[in-house]
Amino acid sequence: MRHITSITDLSTAEIDELIATAQDIIEQPQKYAEACSRKKLATLFYEPSTRTRLSFEAAMIELGGHVLGFSEAASSSAAKGESVADTVRTVCCYADIIAMRHPKEGAPTVASLHATVPVINAGDGGHNHPTQTLTDLLTIKMEKGRLSNLTVGLCGDLKFGRTVHSLITAMCRYPGVRFVLVSPEELKVPSYVKIPLKRDNVRYDQTTDLCSVLPELDILYMTRVQRERFFNEDDYIRLKDSYILTPEKLEYAKADLSILHPLPRVNEISVAIDQDPRACYFRQALYGKFIRMALILKLLEVTV
Amino acid sequence: MNIDSINNGIVIDHIKAGMAMKIYDFLELGALDCPVAIIKNAASPKLGKKDIIKIDSVLNVDLNALGYIDPTITINIIKDGVRVKKYHPELPEKITNIIRCKNPRCITSIEQELPHVFNLIDREKDEYRCMYCESKASL
Repeated sequence: MRHITSITDLSTAEIDELIATAQDIIEQPQKYAEACSRKKLATLFYEPSTRTRLSFEAAMIELGGHVLGFSEAASSSAAKGESVADTVRTVCCYADIIAMRHPKEGAPTVASLHATVPVINAGDGGHNHPTQTLTDLLTIKMEKGRLSNLTVGLCGDLKFGRTVHSLITAMCRYPGVRFVLVSPEELKVPSYVKIPLKRDNVRYDQTTDLCSVLPELDILYMTRVQRERFFNEDDYIRLKDSYILTPEKLEYAKADLSILHPLPRVNEISVAIDQDPRACYFRQALYGKFIRMALILKLLEVTV
Repeated sequence: MNIDSINNGIVIDHIKAGMAMKIYDFLELGALDCPVAIIKNAASPKLGKKDIIKIDSVLNVDLNALGYIDPTITINIIKDGVRVKKYHPELPEKITNIIRCKNPRCITSIEQELPHVFNLIDREKDEYRCMYCESKASL
């Protein structure tokens, strides 16, 4: 029995296998329609989520399985002070697999220590969110046909953005990947995230100017620059518009650029870009369902 | 200053000056009713100044965990008044309930009964990280 609490729980070969399964599901969904018949997924969401919870639930339903769970801590025994361990021990009596989101870092690890069924971390605070990273990787594979030999721009809040850190960790395993890190000085990638880049001689450049590097990018991964991250309001006002993607800025980009965003978006990508074929973020949300289907199959050891 | 030699017990030597009380607290020596001596700021050719703790009792704890608190220490095991073993503690792969995770976003901050477990990540740098939230350990 396996648990997935971090993207590093999966080898590169396993990630490639999950992506291949997801691609097969996209091509032949009927083949998988009863794969998890009579199996139950418990979604234990201690904080709100739109995409992650619904995509997990849609994934299980499309595999022919069933879904139970809660979507906020207030509607579970957590509101009465029940521990994660006790909740999980109980849920294991009713479900075959668990997807857990929790505002506290490491809660899914606690769950995995007490669970008798596989636990998937569906996001633990600012710590890990492995199925988002798998979603990002499948999106890149679907849009570009490869995960190697790509120039990947990451833009916005690179300091606190967990999706950015995990994507760097996952993508630096593939050959020929170059990262372009675009952020205000205040929100640069922390040094510990750059350790694997330096260790494996992965090329990366850092800049504060999105427009100057936009023509070089194959992938642009946007994240939100949040006001609360700044100590100084003036700095926020000075910088916030630099990292908003507009049709004007996009004129500098390659015709086959792929724009990704983990969502929710606030204003960092102009809605005018949504119709541009380079905007992948809603397709990305769709791919999130397919990669979660692949992960559920793997952890339930179901072969089709 | 005369401090009686111990018969059966432990002498923790080469403690960095000022660290003796941390070790005293960690080993909960205050709860023992045997003789315990703390020597502070003793002259040391190696360290300049050092602390020493002498415990006239056999403790049933993993003394290797002391390596995290102070990697310079030497542990001497005394039996019948004779030193039978002298060693430097090896950093353990895992330390439990010795240090607490200080990350307010960690699950341990709200679930009081969880053990605070840290895994050794880098032996050279003496670096431990919380097994739940992966925050760096600090004393």
